[in-house]
Amino acid sequence: MKLSPLRNAARRALAPSRTSCLTSSLAPSLTLLSRNYSSHAPNAKLNLPIDYATTSLLAHSSQAALATTDLPAEARAGPTKKMNLFQAVNDALSTALAQDDAVMVFGEDVAFGGVFRCTMKLAETYGNDRVFNTPLTEQGIMGFAIGAAAEGMRPVAEIQFADYVYPAFDQLVNEAAKYRYREGACGRSVGGLTVRMPCGSVGHGAMYHSQSPESLFTHIPGLRVVVPRSPLQAKGLLLAAIQSNDPVVFMEPKILYRAAVEQVPTAPYTLPLGKAEILKEGKDVTVISYGQPLYTCMSAIQRAEEELGISVELIDLRTIYPWDKETVFNSVRKTGHCVVVHEAMVNAGTGAEVAAAIQEDPDTFNRLEAPVARVAGWSIHTPLLYERFNVPDVARIYDSIKRVLDY
Amino acid sequence: MKSRVLRPAAHLRSARLASPSTSTPRLTLSARAASSLSQKPNANHVSFPGAVKSAFTHTLKYETPSDYPALSTYRVVDQDGIVVDESFKPDLSDDEVIKLYKDMVYISIMDLIMFDAQRQGRLSFYMVSAGEEALSVGSASVLAPEDVVFCQYREQGVFKQRGFTTSDFMSQLFANAKDPGRGRNMPVHYGSKELNIHSISSPLATQLPQATGAAYALKMQRLHDPSIPPRVVAAYFGEGAASEGDFHAALNMAATRSCPALFICRNNGYAISTPTLDQYRGDGIASRGLGYGIDTVRVDGNDFWAVREATKRARAMALRDGGRPVLIEAMTYRVSHHSTSDDSFAYRARVEVEDWKRRDNPITRLRKWMEARGIWDEGKEKTCRDETRSEVLKGFREAEAMKKPPMRSMFEDVYEELTPDLKNQMAQLKAHLEKYPDEYDCSEFEGGADSLKP
Repeated sequence: MKLSPLRNAARRALAPSRTSCLTSSLAPSLTLLSRNYSSHAPNAKLNLPIDYATTSLLAHSSQAALATTDLPAEARAGPTKKMNLFQAVNDALSTALAQDDAVMVFGEDVAFGGVFRCTMKLAETYGNDRVFNTPLTEQGIMGFAIGAAAEGMRPVAEIQFADYVYPAFDQLVNEAAKYRYREGACGRSVGGLTVRMPCGSVGHGAMYHSQSPESLFTHIPGLRVVVPRSPLQAKGLLLAAIQSNDPVVFMEPKILYRAAVEQVPTAPYTLPLGKAEILKEGKDVTVISYGQPLYTCMSAIQRAEEELGISVELIDLRTIYPWDKETVFNSVRKTGHCVVVHEAMVNAGTGAEVAAAIQEDPDTFNRLEAPVARVAGWSIHTPLLYERFNVPDVARIYDSIKRVLDY
Repeated sequence: MKSRVLRPAAHLRSARLASPSTSTPRLTLSARAASSLSQKPNANHVSFPGAVKSAFTHTLKYETPSDYPALSTYRVVDQDGIVVDESFKPDLSDDEVIKLYKDMVYISIMDLIMFDAQRQGRLSFYMVSAGEEALSVGSASVLAPEDVVFCQYREQGVFKQRGFTTSDFMSQLFANAKDPGRGRNMPVHYGSKELNIHSISSPLATQLPQATGAAYALKMQRLHDPSIPPRVVAAYFGEGAASEGDFHAALNMAATRSCPALFICRNNGYAISTPTLDQYRGDGIASRGLGYGIDTVRVDGNDFWAVREATKRARAMALRDGGRPVLIEAMTYRVSHHSTSDDSFAYRARVEVEDWKRRDNPITRLRKWMEARGIWDEGKEKTCRDETRSEVLKGFREAEAMKKPPMRSMFEDVYEELTPDLKNQMAQLKAHLEKYPDEYDCSEFEGGADSLKP
C-alpha cells in the first residue's frame, strides 16, 4: 500500500515536531528547504505569506478567545492558554480521556506522541491500555474502532495522513456509516467513533501527504465531517466530535499544527457540530470556506475591501456535512454574490454541493446577482513542484471576488 | 506442524505473558525497546528486534509448505456416530443434547421451507446452511449468553441456539413491522440486541476486525468494572472471506492487542463457485493462525461434539492471562447452493453433492450418537420433524400477513436524530406521494404515507 521509506522520510520532513530529533547537521538544510518553499514572487502584492501572528482569525488575546461565538459560558468565565493546533488537539484528547473511561486513542505511532505530536504524553498519563499503537493497517484500525464503538466505547482512531484513509474506506462507508441504520431497533451504533486525520497541503507533501478527501466523506449518509481552522476551534469541535453519538471524520489541516497559535480556553468546552460561523460580516459578497484556506480568504478579502471599497462576508462552514445551509442561504440572500473556496479539487468538491444547494433554494436563487464561483484545486493530483499553482491563493480568491462583482 | 514453525509463535506468547497484563488496571503492553536486544558475544541466535529467538544456520534452506503435514482435524464422533476420542465425556444432560439436536433439525427444516418460499417469489432472497448446522449450533452452545457474536450470514444455528424464535426469523425474512432492522436489510441479515449478536452486513470479513475491537472493549470494560463477568467475542466467517484484507488485519490486531476473540472459520469448500484450490494454496485457514502467533485448532465441522469441545476449550483459553485470540477452522461441506440466486450445479457435479449428503451429514451423525445412547428413535424423529414443520409454517403465515414497518423508517437512524436535510427530504417524498397517489402503493406500510409527517 505505501512505500515505507519514502513515507518515513516524508513524515520526518513534514512533522516539524521531529526536527528536534534530527542531528544538527541536518537541521540547517531543513531550514533552507522551508525558506525555499515559502518564498514568494519578488514583486507579489497579493500572494504574500500568511502572517499567522497577526491574522484576525486567531485569538491573540485572552479577551478575543473568550469572545468566540458559541463558546459556552463555563469556558467564557475561565482562563486561556496559548496553544498551537497540535497542542489544542492534544488538550482535547487529554480532556476526553480524563472525562470518560470509554475514550481510547489509537493508531499508528500514537504511543510515543504521534508523528505530529498530537498524542504527546497521553500514553504515559492514561496508560498503554487506552492510548496505544496499532499494527500498520488502516482497515484494521477502522474495523477495530467500529467494533469497540459498537460495544459502547468512544474510540478516537488516528489515520496518520488523510491520504492513507482509503484502505479503511470500506469500513467507513459500508460499516461505520450504516451501523445504526442496519441495526435499527437493536439499537447499536458506532456513534462513539471519531476518526482523526491530518489533511491538506503542507508546502511539499506531493501526492500522498497533501490530500483533502472531505468530499468523499460528505457523500456518505451517516458520517459527520468536520474541519477546524484554529486551535480554539479544534479543541471545541474535537470534544464535540468525541461526545457526538454519530461517527465523525475529523480532519486536521496539518499546515496549521504549529503555524496557528492562539489563546485557547483551558476549561473543557464543545462547539456545535453542523453549525457554520460568520467570521466577518459584509454586504456585497459571501465567501464560504473551511480549514486553512480561510486565512487565505481573509487576506484576499482585506485587499478587495481596501481596493474596491466593498464589504465581504466570510463564513467558516466548520462542519462540511451535514452542513449549515441556513447560515449560508441567509448570507447569500443578503449579498447576492458567492465564492466558495477549498483546497480539494473542484470537481464534485464541497463547492459543488454548496453552489448547487444555493441555486436550488428558490429564495436564494432569486437574490443571486452572479453565478456562484468556486476557487479550488484544479482537477489534478497534488503535485510536488506545482503546489503554489494548485492550492487556492490570495490572488485567485481576490480575482474571483472581483469577477463575481463585475458580472 | 513441526516445532520450527511453532517456535516463533511460542515466543510471541511468552512475550505477551511477560507483560503485566491483567493484574493491574493499567496494561503496559509497551513495545519491546529494541536497544534491550543487544547481540551477545558468540550467541547462536540473531537478536534482530523482528525475530529475537531465531537461531543462526549455515545451511541455506527455504521452508516449503509441503515439507509439513497438513494440520490434523479433531474429531470426537465418527461418521457412524461412534465415539473415537476416548477421553470424551459428554458434558450435557440427555435433554440438553436433544434440545441442541432439535435446534439443528429446526434450521434444516426452516431452510427447506424458506428456500422454496423464495422460489415461489414470496420473499426476495434466502441462504440455507445445510451441512453446517452442527458447526453453528455446536460452537454457539458453549458461549455464555453475554458473549458477543459477529456472524457472516450462514450461521442461522447460532441465532437459533441463542434463543431466536420463529417469529424473530420470519419477521426479519419478511421485513415486517416486527423486524428490528425496520425493513432495511436483505433477508438472512439477522441481528439481536438481547442475544448479543450484531446485525449481519453483506460485506465479507468486515466483521472480523470489528470483533477484535469489540473483544478489546469487553476486556477494557471488565478492567474498569471487575463485577462484569469475563466475556469473549465469537466471530464467524467462511474460508472465502478469509482472503479479504480484513481477516489479516483482524487476526494481527487481535494478537498484538491480546483480545479475547474466537475466530471461527467455516471452511465448506466453496466461496460461491470458487473452490478452495482457487482460494488459497496453504494448509487451509488454520495454518495461518500460527503465523500471527495465535493458538489454532482444526476440527471436523460435521461433528457436533468436536466443534463443541474445541470451542469450549477455546473460550477458556481466550480468557486466560488477560485475553488472547484463538482460531478454529471447522471443516465441512456446503451441501446447498450458495444462495437462492445461485445454481451450484453450474460449477460442481451433482454426484459430489449427493455423495456428501449421503456420506456425512452432521444431523445424522449426532442422531446416530443419540440412538446408540438410547435417547432417540424413529418415532421421536418423526414427531420432532412434524412439530418443527408446523411451527415454522405457522410463523411463516403470521409474519407474511403482518404489515411492513412505517415508511419513515427509511429516513430514521441514518443519524441519531433526523437532520434538517432529512426532515426536508421526508417532506418532499410525502408531498410527491400525495401528488401522484396512483403511482405508489403505501397501504402495506404501517400508517401508510402519513408516517412521513414531520
